[in-house]
Amino acid sequence: MIPGDFEYYAPKSIPDALGLLKKFGDEAKLLAGGHSLLPMMKMRFAQPGHLIDLGKISELKGIREEGGNIRIGAMTTENELIWSKLLQAKCPLLVEGARLISDPQVRYKGTIGGDISHGDPGNDHPALMLALGASFVLRSAAGERVVLADGFFVGTYDTLMKSDEIMTEIRIPLPAPATGYCYAKLKRKVGDFATAAAAVTLRMKGETVGEVAIALTNVAPTPLKARAAEDSLRGKPLTDASIAAAADLAMSICDPAVDQRGDAEYKTAMAGEMTQRALRTARTRAGR
Amino acid sequence: MAKKQAVSFKLNGKAVDVVVEPRELLIHTLREKLLHTGPHIGCETTHCGACTVDLDGMSVKSCTVLTVQCQDAEVLTIEGFEQGGVLHALQQGFTEQHGLQCGYCTPGMITRAYRLLKENPNPTEEEIRYWMAGNLCRCTGYQNIVKAVQQAAKQIAATAA
Repeated sequence: MIPGDFEYYAPKSIPDALGLLKKFGDEAKLLAGGHSLLPMMKMRFAQPGHLIDLGKISELKGIREEGGNIRIGAMTTENELIWSKLLQAKCPLLVEGARLISDPQVRYKGTIGGDISHGDPGNDHPALMLALGASFVLRSAAGERVVLADGFFVGTYDTLMKSDEIMTEIRIPLPAPATGYCYAKLKRKVGDFATAAAAVTLRMKGETVGEVAIALTNVAPTPLKARAAEDSLRGKPLTDASIAAAADLAMSICDPAVDQRGDAEYKTAMAGEMTQRALRTARTRAGR
Repeated sequence: MAKKQAVSFKLNGKAVDVVVEPRELLIHTLREKLLHTGPHIGCETTHCGACTVDLDGMSVKSCTVLTVQCQDAEVLTIEGFEQGGVLHALQQGFTEQHGLQCGYCTPGMITRAYRLLKENPNPTEEEIRYWMAGNLCRCTGYQNIVKAVQQAAKQIAATAA
């Protein structure tokens, strides 16, 4: 399988890439790690006439702490996330999530920005971003805007990102010390997308829940923020009963696509189970 | 048809130049233009790892990399492992531990294990299984593949000491 015909460009700077994007408009696609787009191009699900490779733009790489945020260049690879000392120490949820993405070879190429901007509900970073309260920096020739992850995902392969924009950076507010976390992902095998997965961050306030965020992967056309489930937990002790009730609320918003991974009922049930597991693990890690 | 592009990179330490359509995949350039048929085409869909090569210090599936992305890159394939008639420790390990049956996955397995041992010279069995999970063996000979990697790790450590 070989992709259809296209012209290839490897700009060295963001302005150069934006210039190409402006010139070719909707006929162009941005190439990040290529492990979603190239397979789609082989299958003819995508047939861009012009492919703009962001891989040679060094300013799109790197992980640093600045102004109370962790800032991650959009072209930072999954493998770089996994081995980042900064993330291991201050945002281990992202490391745990990245370790569960696909396989080692894919993680050397696959990027966080590509995973997010692709808009595939099966991708893992979108729910991780929702749970972490992240925001995304989008740049066009007209300037830069910062949009919250919450609200960014509009539909399957559809996000707030416009065709003349490049995602340059992911900003994650530094999780408070003693924040519990977990990404619980059910998958049939290494390399598969999630049957269902849940990302949780949790801060206890004494014996009750202070802050909690719950986000779900691959059980609707977009990642889901389980707001009602979160609300049900805040300010109350975290017990097996409250966890089960929150999982029921999370299940109530699921609208999964039916495929070989299971029917809607099964996937919804698994979203509930992953929510329970993620909450329990987060509780043990919350330093309470 | 899109204009062909000249691409220069290093293949197993030697400079090579090819002229390719932008849509050409690295695996096809390696096998058909550069006659390096060690990397195999298994699934063509980024799943099996038979086409794994080492690209600038990364294990990648060469069915999911465009050759035009490889300008100035350093590529290592299984053809680059044996030096002066001496097998690489991984090749020796796979031979002695019966790490292959049909052999189809072996070039990809060895090339992946090479990068794994560079990053983690003394991996546990669990680590080997986790970090080799992108390579499938349809003979299901995983036990001996793990042993082969363990033997190679020991041999490399002993040689370095």
